[in-house]
Amino acid sequence: MAVLLDENSRVIVQGITGREGSFHTKLMLEYGTKIVAGVTPGKGGQEVYGVPVYDTVSEAVEAHPEANTSIIFVPARFAADAAYEAIDAGLKLVVVITEHIPVHESMKFINYAKQKGTTIIGPNCPGIISPGKAKVGIMPGHVFKPGSIGIVSRSGTLTYEIGYAITKEGMGQSTVIGIGGDPVIGTSFTEAMKLYEEDPETEALVLVGEIGGDMEERAAQMIKRGEFTKPVVAFIAGRTAPPGKRMGHAGAIIMAGTGTYEGKVQALQEAGVKVAKTPFEIPDLLKEVLKK
Amino acid sequence: MFEYEAKEILRDKYGVKVPRSVLIRKGEDPIAKMKEAGLEPPVVVKAQVLVAGRGKAGGIKMARTWEEVKEKVEELFNKPIKGIVPKLLLIEEAIPHDVELYVGIVIDRSERKPVILASRYGGMDLEEIAKEKPDSIVRTHVDPFIGLKGYQARLIGKKIGLKGKALGSFSKFLTALYNMFMDYDGELAESNPLALVGDEVIPLDARLIVDDNALYKHPELQKDILEETGEYTEWEIKARRLGLAFVELDGDIGIIGNGAGLTMTTMDLVYEYGGKPANFLDIGGGADAEHVKTAVSFLIEFPKTKKIFMNIFGGITRCDEVAKGIVKAFQELGEVKKPIVVRLAGTNEEEGRKILRENGIEAFVDPIEAVKRLMEL
Repeated sequence: MAVLLDENSRVIVQGITGREGSFHTKLMLEYGTKIVAGVTPGKGGQEVYGVPVYDTVSEAVEAHPEANTSIIFVPARFAADAAYEAIDAGLKLVVVITEHIPVHESMKFINYAKQKGTTIIGPNCPGIISPGKAKVGIMPGHVFKPGSIGIVSRSGTLTYEIGYAITKEGMGQSTVIGIGGDPVIGTSFTEAMKLYEEDPETEALVLVGEIGGDMEERAAQMIKRGEFTKPVVAFIAGRTAPPGKRMGHAGAIIMAGTGTYEGKVQALQEAGVKVAKTPFEIPDLLKEVLKK
Repeated sequence: MFEYEAKEILRDKYGVKVPRSVLIRKGEDPIAKMKEAGLEPPVVVKAQVLVAGRGKAGGIKMARTWEEVKEKVEELFNKPIKGIVPKLLLIEEAIPHDVELYVGIVIDRSERKPVILASRYGGMDLEEIAKEKPDSIVRTHVDPFIGLKGYQARLIGKKIGLKGKALGSFSKFLTALYNMFMDYDGELAESNPLALVGDEVIPLDARLIVDDNALYKHPELQKDILEETGEYTEWEIKARRLGLAFVELDGDIGIIGNGAGLTMTTMDLVYEYGGKPANFLDIGGGADAEHVKTAVSFLIEFPKTKKIFMNIFGGITRCDEVAKGIVKAFQELGEVKKPIVVRLAGTNEEEGRKILRENGIEAFVDPIEAVKRLMEL
């Protein structure tokens, strides 16, 4: 078991012939991910690292009916179209790596995906990995090891740092989801938490948040309501970030007094969550909560 | 987008009745232009700046006579509004009214839908309304595929106290504002105040903020407005033009990281150990030596920094590339008096640290050790 992604996932890479797409196809194959097809309009018939390329997702799915997952490396202008294409082809999980997609476009394809029963991760995210099973994303595979800790994160690099800190302390991860740094994303903290709650392999969860929005507060409310019962450790980036400034991620901005570091930490602590001051305290806090 | 542009769009593309007005540049004769446009005092003279809270900062003046028009125009052209001197003024007919309403549209991040905010108490900004009259704010979500329906708009109108024919006028205006928000990829579309004049609503102000990522869809809007917004400092504008994700802060320790979350965390770590970050600078994922060089050189030249802390966790980013970029920056700038401490971990970390040490730059694996060393310098 794991969340959303496991050894049965069969993956289509959209934008497979591009620089990023082909590079990460190679890394994902090396990790052991079962990539069954790639799609780039106009490049049908080619191969990328032995993976057959099709012009459209529907052709790829016809030739490989076992496909259930897609990862999108398509440039921002064409990424929404690629997402609709994957949703319409009936794929159940669509990971959107692309950054700088207009927020109106993301909003629309995410609403559409909900109607069709497709889970979107991202946009502007590092993807998802279930260590030892499969990786559908751009994260360095070697920093994660199979284990029982779930990680849900709004950040990329910081997730690798935290994953690595956990791995070094002899623990491992069930599934790690980088949900993305945009204001509107397909899978929120609370939506991911519902999945981890049901996953017998996950014993504890790490939430990696940042300033902006209210996802952390909503996670805290969910825990308070008793809808998430596993131990949670959190870290929030941006304690020293000033209001009104976008801190790299489009979604990382304190506006009109909402989305502050203090507000998030307080909400989480009130829900009984241990909040780490630095990412490097997380392994110790995890050991503490797991002992109980 | 400037007020006059948003109003032009509302009028010309969506058929909204907006106050009659004339736009003037510095040096133009306001009286002649007003007469040409058939305008007479009383009028409102408004600085065309993009800063929020323009009215409170003194950027809007009433002129009751021709004499006052001259005075106010002269005054506003020479008066910086939150640091920004207007290049354009909008002279608009004064519209007597009793009630000022608020309407705004944004995207609700958690619902992933547009949400319309409306209040009976316009004139003050939304934060003030939220503080003083929180119960007056009516929130309505709209399905982005179905769009705003007339009944929803009328219901909002009802809830903010409108009756009779005014409901129709409000509904028509709100639909126009919503359509503009959707057609132009708005982050925000707002009218505040929206005046109630008899049975009719008239937008006294209009704002539209377009998502930067969507500007390619609207080539007619694309222009360099970094300086106009008053949101960016001189060095932030410089950084943007170099393609760097940089935010200026108050401290004196330069910060570079890869990835927004890690860079923020690096700022927080420095703060935790008693330092004050001078900036946020994210080199992003997969940066090559050239990009690293640009970032490091920029931060060395940035006058606020006394020392620099660089925190890299290499996933896609290769530590040897990062090290090469740092060395190159120092070589090209020659004598640099600013010390730098680098933490390098992840892909090719040993190679990276070796390159740095060979060039006399301190390199660490453990970020805590690195930040402690930084604070000693």
